[in-house]
Amino acid sequence: MPLKLEIVTPEANIFSDVVDSVVLPGYEGEMGVLPAHAPLVTTLLPGALRYTKGGKSTDLAVGEGLVEITGTTARVLTDMAIGVDEIDEAAVEEAIARAKKSLESLKPGEHQEEVAAVMAMIQRSTAQLHIKRRRTSI
Amino acid sequence: MPSTRDIRRRIKSVKSTAQITKAMQLVAAAKMKKAQDQAANGRSYSELMNKILVSLKDNAEEGAHPYFSEGAGNKTLVVVIASDKGLCGALNTNLIKKLINTNLEGEVDYVTIGRKAAQALTRLRKTLIADFPIKDPAKFPEVHAVGKFIQERFLMGDYKKVLVAFNNFVNTVTQVPSVEQILPVNPVTLGGKRSFEEGVKDVVASDIPDYTFEPSASVVFATVLPQYVNGTMYQMVLEARASEHSSRMVAMKNATDNAKQMLKDLSLEYNKLRQAAITNELLEITTAKMALE
Repeated sequence: MPLKLEIVTPEANIFSDVVDSVVLPGYEGEMGVLPAHAPLVTTLLPGALRYTKGGKSTDLAVGEGLVEITGTTARVLTDMAIGVDEIDEAAVEEAIARAKKSLESLKPGEHQEEVAAVMAMIQRSTAQLHIKRRRTSI
Repeated sequence: MPSTRDIRRRIKSVKSTAQITKAMQLVAAAKMKKAQDQAANGRSYSELMNKILVSLKDNAEEGAHPYFSEGAGNKTLVVVIASDKGLCGALNTNLIKKLINTNLEGEVDYVTIGRKAAQALTRLRKTLIADFPIKDPAKFPEVHAVGKFIQERFLMGDYKKVLVAFNNFVNTVTQVPSVEQILPVNPVTLGGKRSFEEGVKDVVASDIPDYTFEPSASVVFATVLPQYVNGTMYQMVLEARASEHSSRMVAMKNATDNAKQMLKDLSLEYNKLRQAAITNELLEITTAKMALE
């Protein structure tokens, strides 16, 4: 029984193929999905998504989003999905530093939406760094 | 019979008009490319989100989230997305026409995006409750404000449903004026794909058993639904922008072509007149000479 994985972001269709299994960062921790998984809907947290196809596994850094799982499909809607090889460590670190700086300049209480946006951005970037480093340390 | 001078003057003015429309065409073409790419890229995300939520709506229990059922009031809120500038063919006119022909029950309030929408609705004496200026190219935070506004209004319970009227972008020469329901959650057509509705049926028909929600249905819906409204709103603005620039590009191309044709006709007429004048003159000279002999 195949499991079709679809990853879609507002910018593009990142991935759509049949895979053997998926591990994704769900709301209540890492969650493995195999074919014939019970129907489930959950929110996605920024982190690492790993899918295995033909014994070869691939990592992607994903942002916040929504996951819908039926027995045959896993559909991931997220605001970011980047393959490990595309992550530029230096650029990401710089982005985190910049985001933290702009966070300080925003007064607490005001600009709630901006603060939330910057926080989400930091989370996304941290997730990217995390997955990149884990890969290289192995 | 116009004199050669009159024609020369007209040729000059038509030529300068052609130059202007040509320049506008090139500008519109550049913007069109960007707007079309943006609209096309975001479409599948919004569509998939819509598909999932529609199938969830059918499976969710009554009252799982306010966005899944009609509001308590009997008024309708319509968001109209039109362009800021004119000179884009019949785009805005068609949209307003479609809106008038859409049968809306009860009292209707309007929210507008784009100057042309506000102008048209004021002329029709409709109730405008808000107007949002959105720059070009559209930025997400600006559209977010609209999404927030309609969600607040919907939650206040005055409105039964929220509709959005905008031009769906199919391709450069085809834009479809559409009125879609954004709240409560409903199948939405974005772009020209008609196959989308079948897709929704597929999901429903395949008899998906009850979903498990992690951590709970209310938490998932509370996070996802506002995102859905904002995201869909943004996609609709992108569709409208892509339509606007495409329509303007086509309108300006037609204007340039027409001006060129006119130039051709005018210069033909001008040359005919000039030739006639010369022949006349020669005739006069020879007659005068023959008279003298």
